Amino acid sequence: MTFAERLKQSLKLLLIFLKIGAFTFGGGYAMIPIIEYELTEKRKLITKEEISDIVAIAESTPGPIAINSATFVGFRTCGVLGSAFATLGVVLPSFVLISLIAFFLPRIMDYRVVQYAFFGIRAGVLALIVKAVISFWKRAEHNAFSWVVMICAFLWSAILDWSAIALIALCGLAGFVFCLIQRKRGAMK
Amino acid sequence: MIYLELFYTFFTIGLFTFGGGYAMLPMIQQKVVEHNWLTMEELVDFVAISESTPGPFAINIATYVGTETGGVPGALCATLGVVLPSFIVILIVAKFYLKFKNSKAVSGVMYGLRSAVVGLMAAALFGMLATVFFHNVDVSWANMLRPEFLCSAVIFAVMTVLALKKLSPIIIIGISAAAGILCGYIFL
Repeated sequence: MTFAERLKQSLKLLLIFLKIGAFTFGGGYAMIPIIEYELTEKRKLITKEEISDIVAIAESTPGPIAINSATFVGFRTCGVLGSAFATLGVVLPSFVLISLIAFFLPRIMDYRVVQYAFFGIRAGVLALIVKAVISFWKRAEHNAFSWVVMICAFLWSAILDWSAIALIALCGLAGFVFCLIQRKRGAMK
Repeated sequence: MIYLELFYTFFTIGLFTFGGGYAMLPMIQQKVVEHNWLTMEELVDFVAISESTPGPFAINIATYVGTETGGVPGALCATLGVVLPSFIVILIVAKFYLKFKNSKAVSGVMYGLRSAVVGLMAAALFGMLATVFFHNVDVSWANMLRPEFLCSAVIFAVMTVLALKKLSPIIIIGISAAAGILCGYIFL
């Protein structure tokens, strides 16, 4: 591909991801079907298998799923230039909209009716977080090892208030060692 | 300097969060509330705003905290910070992605992380429950009889049932807002 073609392709990616960023509510996972429709069915830029690889890779690399997928799709279609444009596209709508909200929010917070609305909303948000915890729990393993990790992580953070970063590093290491031992014993492939 | 601090903080948040969205909450709670950039209540409010606006939570919260603490340049630094670790890691992974996909080391690390994230999120939820239910008073049995606690608890219980019935988050936020206004004018 010549540079001019790559640039043209990258600009196309920018527009596609601007649209995805501007119209998807609910973040990362909600974006996957839309990415699939726009890039696989409509434009045939990537294959269906690549879409499922994107999900797997986005989950096992750090950072938001939306950014991970945009960067990955951009790279697979036209290299570093493509990934930069796709990522910019997915970030830009949020950036502009939230900057505006940050400006107006403190001004409306003085109204009593808004304060009461947020009083209710806070309790509702906690319910959404409960749902998120449950769905993450369902996706995790359910054996003695994972229960110990879950409980230790909870105590580490909620009671001891130690660093979450140190915990992530330790649990990653623990998982690695655990799987190594399991494989040695032949209990896991 | 505030810009560097915003960049650095969101860079570490981006680098150490696995799973995206709500999995980011424990890290954000620890870092952002610790820096006094947002109170716990403001953070919970912002989760609602992020759910009702398009775009990924990570970008939304970075832009918001950045704007609040350092205006538009602050927002740029925070957002760039949260995006950059993903961007770099994915560029590396995309090159070797078949190797990465089949790597036993990666699947071992993720085996531990998936459980760790559940514990961390439950801890974040635990901290938020205390803040939201007890507003500005101590956590105690006596304070559980205050109208603020009772209203919050009822809204929370009903919304949890609705959320588990797969009602859309925006509708949940809408109903909670209406319930909050109603409770506010009647009981508070």
